[in-house]
Amino acid sequence: MSEDITIKVENLSKTFQIPHEKHVSLKSTALNLFSKKGYETFRALKNINFEVKKGEFFGIIGRNGSGKSTLLKILAGIYVPDKKSGEVVISGKLSPFLELGVGFNQELTGRENLFLGGAILGLSKDEVAEKYDQIVDFSELQEFMDMKLKNYSSGMQVRLAFSLAINARAEVLLMDEVLAVGDSNFQSKCLGEFNRYRSQGKTVILVSHDVSIIQKYCDRAILLKNGEISKIGKAEDVGNEYIYQNMDEEEERLTKEKGNIKKKKSDSETSQGAEKKAEIKKVEFLNKAGKLKNVFKTGEDVVIRIYFDLMKEEGDLNFGIGLYNEENIYVFGTGTIIDKLTKKDKRSILEKGYAQINLKNIQLKNGTYFVKVGIYGEFNSTVYDFLQKSSDFKVFGLQKTLGIVELQHKWETSGSTKLGIENE
Amino acid sequence: MILLNFRLFSAIMNKQILMNKTHFNLIRELAFTDFKLKYQGSVLGYLWSLVKPLMLFLVLYVVFTRVFRLGDSIPHYPVYLLLGVVVWGFFTEMTAVSLGAIVGKGDLIRKVYFPRIVLVISGGITSLITFLLNLIIVFLFIIFTHAEFSLKAPLFILLIIELFVLAIGVSLILSSLFVRFRDLSHIWEIILQAMFYATPILYPLSLVPSPFNKIIMLNPAAQIIQDMRYLLVTQQTETGWMIMRPMFYIIPYILPFVILIFGYFLFEKSAAKFAEEV
Repeated sequence: MSEDITIKVENLSKTFQIPHEKHVSLKSTALNLFSKKGYETFRALKNINFEVKKGEFFGIIGRNGSGKSTLLKILAGIYVPDKKSGEVVISGKLSPFLELGVGFNQELTGRENLFLGGAILGLSKDEVAEKYDQIVDFSELQEFMDMKLKNYSSGMQVRLAFSLAINARAEVLLMDEVLAVGDSNFQSKCLGEFNRYRSQGKTVILVSHDVSIIQKYCDRAILLKNGEISKIGKAEDVGNEYIYQNMDEEEERLTKEKGNIKKKKSDSETSQGAEKKAEIKKVEFLNKAGKLKNVFKTGEDVVIRIYFDLMKEEGDLNFGIGLYNEENIYVFGTGTIIDKLTKKDKRSILEKGYAQINLKNIQLKNGTYFVKVGIYGEFNSTVYDFLQKSSDFKVFGLQKTLGIVELQHKWETSGSTKLGIENE
Repeated sequence: MILLNFRLFSAIMNKQILMNKTHFNLIRELAFTDFKLKYQGSVLGYLWSLVKPLMLFLVLYVVFTRVFRLGDSIPHYPVYLLLGVVVWGFFTEMTAVSLGAIVGKGDLIRKVYFPRIVLVISGGITSLITFLLNLIIVFLFIIFTHAEFSLKAPLFILLIIELFVLAIGVSLILSSLFVRFRDLSHIWEIILQAMFYATPILYPLSLVPSPFNKIIMLNPAAQIIQDMRYLLVTQQTETGWMIMRPMFYIIPYILPFVILIFGYFLFEKSAAKFAEEV
């Protein structure tokens, strides 16, 4: 193994055998002695190969059940890879950071727990004693060190555990979504420590399903899908791939779900006293090519199609749409009155049986958007039918800007005229 | 098989299968923590490990010298009994606790790597500490009752080592089997009960008729108890090497080491899967 490589994983596979019914007692073993042994094999990891260089921040990303925790546990030595599969070689002292406060005992004081937890992390008594003040200072728990752990709040326990863990001298750190715990104040402290590790040239393996954390901190990453590496490379690219994969899966899921939902009567309203001359049948979302979709990328075209039934001949029929985000903020709205469609235009809508509006390159951020649709008479005070947020679509974006909309922007500098976002 | 195991282990991690300083440190921390927790909340605390054998002596004294006069032929019979009961108590406690050494620490095993054998050894040391404290009381009685010391008395340290080897060996087997067979705790309870009566703890060996006394003395626990009594209490103790032909009395001395080696390999073979099965 060359010197600048800290972790080398070669042809790694892991298979779990899950018994149908675990034989934990003698009776069930005896009764099942002669029947076939029923177990399913589950291949959690298949032929994993990667290398991590010294001083690199390496991310492992994937959905729940993709095998990322299994991989981490193998790296930590908790699980043993399949026989005959490849091997894992790690050089340097490794500090598992899978969970904070492993081995802490509620009946012991904070001080005693530091020594016990330290021993589990591989620190000697002298090493803990030497770093004791430093650990306690970082945790800000000076007055509580002689109190039993059971009297600590959960936040205090996390602080104590984290302070100990970051002081365990290790060249390789394995972290499993540790950053997800604690309040925002504590999180920022964790992130500060993270940067300190980086400046010290330590190797960190970070496992998460949060793309933004991986993209922010890691140099390189792998994307796991069903136990296989589906992409390896720069954290930025791997993270984007993950988002797109999620988008496709989300599309599938929503399509299935929507098939089951019928329009509810209570969703639609007609203004009082008005005669119901038209009724909305359904609302569809399509992409530019005319394909039904529920999930769009930022910058794509979204076509909203409103099917309606005309109950009575009507000379002037108007349509309106409104987009709302998850916080119920009115993001955008328009209608045939606002857009001043001519009588002739509206007649063509009536002939087709549906109204269709094309929203060009939607500059919307990540999230779910609800659509309200209305059919009006000559003025929008006469509502024939109005659909409250019964339809929605999702937007996936890769941008990291803030706020509720994505505006095209660029910083003007002497040389570069690069756009802040480049839409596909 | 041994070689293969070793290759597998060293391949997973750049860590040695053998213990290093860090692991000794971990054993010590775990053992003392357990010992501390055992007596936490009680008023007398650690004193209990001294008070208990004291009270036991009182009971044995009343029952066996005033009510049943089983050991009239043996001088210092109450101390003789106390020594046997304390040794047996250690073996019972350590092996019973070891059943849960792996299963009870599932949380730790699933989250952090260290040689799993650390858990069994640290549990054993916790029991050993209590046992050594108990022995202090036994020694006090030996001195007060003017029991006869053999010149070879210091050899009892070797017997304690033998006892610990036996108990660790059995513990390794029990703790690794218990992960898969939870009935074992009940079975072991019955075995211990049977072994208690099959070991000359309450009765003098001289009461057992001929072929049986030899079979009984093949048990290492019986051999250890009888040898200790011979060294520390009275030379009128009947020991294995007195009643068996030369070749056979060696068996109980070798058995603990055989059990330890078997237990070690069984344990190491199952240890790789503990995190998945616990």
